[in-house]
Amino acid sequence: MSFSEKNKAMTELLYQLADDDFIHAHRGSEWLGLAPHIEEDVAFSSINQDTMGHAAMYYKLLEDLGEGKADDLSHRRKPEQYRNAIILEERNGSGEYLESPQYDWAFTVIRHFFYDVSKKIRLESLKQSSYEPLSEAARKILTEQYYHLMHWEVWFKQLMTSTAKARKKMEAAIFKVWDDFGGVLTLGPYGDEMVKAGLIEDEEVLKTRFTERMQKYFQSVDFKLVTEPQMKRGDGRAGVHTPDLEHALSTLSEVYVSDAEAAGW
Amino acid sequence: MIEQLTFDVLNDEQKYQHFMERINRGEKIEADDWMPDDYRQALIRLISMHGISEIMGALPEKEWVPKAPTLNRKLAIMAKVQDEMGHGQLLLRVAEDLMKPLGKNRDNIMQDLFSKRLKFHNVFHMPSPTWGDAAVIAWLVDGAAILSQTMMLDTSYGPYGRALKRICQEESFHAKHGESLVLSLAEGTDKQKQMLQEAVNRWWDALLMFFGPKSKNETGHSNVDKNIKYKLRTKTNEQLRQEFLTKYVPKMKLIGLDIPDKTIRFDEDKQEWIYKEPDWNEFKKIVSGNGPKTNERLHLRQSSYEQNEWVREALGHISSAAVG
Repeated sequence: MSFSEKNKAMTELLYQLADDDFIHAHRGSEWLGLAPHIEEDVAFSSINQDTMGHAAMYYKLLEDLGEGKADDLSHRRKPEQYRNAIILEERNGSGEYLESPQYDWAFTVIRHFFYDVSKKIRLESLKQSSYEPLSEAARKILTEQYYHLMHWEVWFKQLMTSTAKARKKMEAAIFKVWDDFGGVLTLGPYGDEMVKAGLIEDEEVLKTRFTERMQKYFQSVDFKLVTEPQMKRGDGRAGVHTPDLEHALSTLSEVYVSDAEAAGW
Repeated sequence: MIEQLTFDVLNDEQKYQHFMERINRGEKIEADDWMPDDYRQALIRLISMHGISEIMGALPEKEWVPKAPTLNRKLAIMAKVQDEMGHGQLLLRVAEDLMKPLGKNRDNIMQDLFSKRLKFHNVFHMPSPTWGDAAVIAWLVDGAAILSQTMMLDTSYGPYGRALKRICQEESFHAKHGESLVLSLAEGTDKQKQMLQEAVNRWWDALLMFFGPKSKNETGHSNVDKNIKYKLRTKTNEQLRQEFLTKYVPKMKLIGLDIPDKTIRFDEDKQEWIYKEPDWNEFKKIVSGNGPKTNERLHLRQSSYEQNEWVREALGHISSAAVG
């Protein structure tokens, strides 16, 4: 494969990794001060901070590849240039983060748990990546990922096996996330090139690992789901997004783009 | 053991005398030690207010977490607000231990907050409409907090002192973060400089109020004397305010900021700052729960607390099942 093909595959993959973590960390951080208890607020904000740090590492790799400044890449692109999965951009619930947010903790637990299960599988594969800076980053991130996954696994198991009310909310959240979780598992339009370049394993291999692992988790809480994760609202890897992303990006970049003359912040 | 037995036969007055001797010797009181109700109440009031202020303090800053301009600023402010939450948790744990013999727990603290019985710091009732406010909060509000917390490091209550030690270490990082935010704006474009100056203008009175009134003459009520008697604190409100002005007025001038008080000056003879008093009636109004953002922030906190009740119920179900 030509250099430019390989380069394209590499940057596309890095944008997926960076944008997934960037928007996911943002959605998590909107919970700040609103989590079910103070201990969770402390733990959750630590996880969000780590995840934002992972995004920053990937944006830096893109910067090193000549894509532009990491801050511009994260704050100045148009929504259709983002490569994150649609389910990650979805609001935490109705309302604004500052005004009467009606956030759904069950949805958050499920989205974070599923995402962290798949993120770990993806990182394990990236450890073998042919692109050395990426495999190095994956190794670093994995050390933190262990704790994140454990955190959400505990929430998942506890809320799935406590009151009937909690179970009902959790099951509803599982179905909702499952409908679009295929968007996290896909490598998008350049997936084949990524695999050919040895950057990451095949999408189907990763997806099978994910569903097998999820089946074990489901079994442990006496839950069954026979369908595959879907991509009902479209492929974020191909630039398809919902108004939720645009809304989030305008908040995230509000200050950064407010003064075109500013050399630093 | 023998000492404990002799102590138990003392009457309350003798116990109180023994307690005050310990305080005056500079000994630390621990959670399980005998303490007069008055001391316990003073601690609960002071520490639960401190703890809940840390938590309510996360809300004005929370507004700026997603909007922080760059990746590094986002990471730094996320870390800072997480620290504040952690401080809140640490302090509430200390307060909860003190409340346990009275049959109270964290839910009582939260309910007291929502009913405005439990007060929180005046600064956290104020709006923070721009990124400049985030910078001023991190630099000057945290700077003020460091002064008052450092003063209490040697407090007579051991668990509070140990919590404060950790808090002060982290706060010094926050002040550095704040200084860096402020410097970037102060060295930036005219628009950035203006944003900073406007934020300073907005926060000046609140910063002077932060330390509380000089005496109870200003507000009709003060716990300072009692807290000094019990060695919970070592300095008066005015001493702290003077320290703050000495530390920050020159720094503010150095980076080109106007002090929003034309009359402020340092009196060489008296060796003290002469400044325009903030409106203490306004202060009273704010801390009694009628500040510009009080209701909005309490509502945010309360509605999320209520919305997540099913989660706490579920967790309660699990822990009672485990015990059963």
